[in-house]
Amino acid sequence: MAEPQTSILRFENVTVRYDEVAAIEDVSFESFEGESRVILGAAGSGKTVLLKTAMGLIKPDSGKVFAFGKNLAAMRERDLFEIRSKIGMLFQEGALFDSMNIEENVAYPLLNQPSIKCPPDQVLPRVEEALKFVELGQTLEKFPSELSGGMRRRAAIARAVVTAPPLILYDSPTAGLDPITAHTIIALLIKERDISHTTTLVVTQRYQDGNLIANFSYNSERGELEPARHGARREFLTVFMVLREGRLVFEGDQDTLESSKDDYISKFVKPRV
Amino acid sequence: MRGPTFLLNFLKEPVLAVQEFFVLTGNALRNIFRKPHYSDDIVLQMDSIGVGSLQIVFMTGFFSGAVMALQMSRALAQYGQVGKTGSLVSLTLVRELGPVLTAIMVAGRNASGMASELGSMKVTEQIDAMRALGTDPVQKLVTPRLIATSVMLPLLVVIADFVGLFGGWVISSLFLDLTSRQYWTSAWQTLEWNDVLQGLLKPLMFAVVISMIGCFYGLRTTGGTQGVGRSTTQAVVTSTVLIFILDLLITKIFVFQSS
Repeated sequence: MAEPQTSILRFENVTVRYDEVAAIEDVSFESFEGESRVILGAAGSGKTVLLKTAMGLIKPDSGKVFAFGKNLAAMRERDLFEIRSKIGMLFQEGALFDSMNIEENVAYPLLNQPSIKCPPDQVLPRVEEALKFVELGQTLEKFPSELSGGMRRRAAIARAVVTAPPLILYDSPTAGLDPITAHTIIALLIKERDISHTTTLVVTQRYQDGNLIANFSYNSERGELEPARHGARREFLTVFMVLREGRLVFEGDQDTLESSKDDYISKFVKPRV
Repeated sequence: MRGPTFLLNFLKEPVLAVQEFFVLTGNALRNIFRKPHYSDDIVLQMDSIGVGSLQIVFMTGFFSGAVMALQMSRALAQYGQVGKTGSLVSLTLVRELGPVLTAIMVAGRNASGMASELGSMKVTEQIDAMRALGTDPVQKLVTPRLIATSVMLPLLVVIADFVGLFGGWVISSLFLDLTSRQYWTSAWQTLEWNDVLQGLLKPLMFAVVISMIGCFYGLRTTGGTQGVGRSTTQAVVTSTVLIFILDLLITKIFVFQSS
């Protein structure tokens, strides 16, 4: 008998409205430990709102959001801090603090998350480790404005993973980046997922990002990605979701996604690598 | 039925904005007594608001005092009371011009700065990132600005008053043939505790308005860089108008008490 899966994130009929217009409407899904979820959708389809709702940054107008078994919609802002310490988030443009250098940015969650008691002498080593992970070990003293777009995104990933959260949300990690840098970012994301066994939600408009996430794994011995579709990562499922005008119009695996005859859904699907 | 519905819809947004403003102000004030305290940010803001505004406060104070001396002496000359110039300059400066002009200068410089800084953070999702990383943005960004402005503005007003009185003395000595003793004695003796209290209470209230309006418009910025510009303008205009309204109210209370 298969072991029961641990629920990490659950949406129950969640609706978020802005000025009577639904940003997401009646969205329900459940994400389990170790799972990767790729959320596709056109601009304005509600992908970012969905991630922010999962983080408790936006309160739903109706429905319930459970993260680690707790209903975020019913919690006060101060009580949400503990849940948020278990969730890492990469914002669309990185959202690094302009007034702080990279070291201070990456150290921020270690020093400010109330439930993370990081000893002061451990802060710098952990920051260095996180920056080494994203291959930005030499940028501690630099300010975000001194870095390129891709480097800023990598520094933001370092900030998201420095506390080793079990759930990480990535909001359009490759948006606006050239193909090589975009590949590097997705490779980092897969590396983090496979080394730390984190549950991962990735919002993207690029099908190839989802394709890499679903079919590649990180080989820590060789330090590179390798195809894993029929190999090591099959025990962890990658689920695809497609949002259209706030509604969840598809949820399933890659094969089902690719065989969909829906006009909107098939626009996101490209030939597999 | 269309009329009342239209009116309600029309009023909904401004009423909601006022409510949000008071909720934000309440939270910022409550956070003064709640941990964590970001003392580094308070000191940084004090430096930016206080030390950074010294130059404009010096200039405004000096020239307003000088102009007051010139104008008042002309009026007083009709009654042969040019010797009372110091008295009028000090009363006008301490009660009205010092607090109001300094507050307007600080509003122009700092309410706009707060609105643009927080607005930029809002549109680049740094405020959301702050919340996601375990920090209450009101505690980290608004309360330090409120405390710093409330401490620094009264001090700036005191400086502006003295520099203004100095400006009046320069004019009195150079153009009105008043002795220094005449000018300073008249300026000093005319002041009562009530005037000093009024002159210090006003900047304290103005400081709350300047910092809260700046932060309020910054935190509700939407619409990218254009939105930041809009918030900045709204912050300066609203805080300036509110300074005048509040000035009238406080003055009325003090006048009523005196009578």
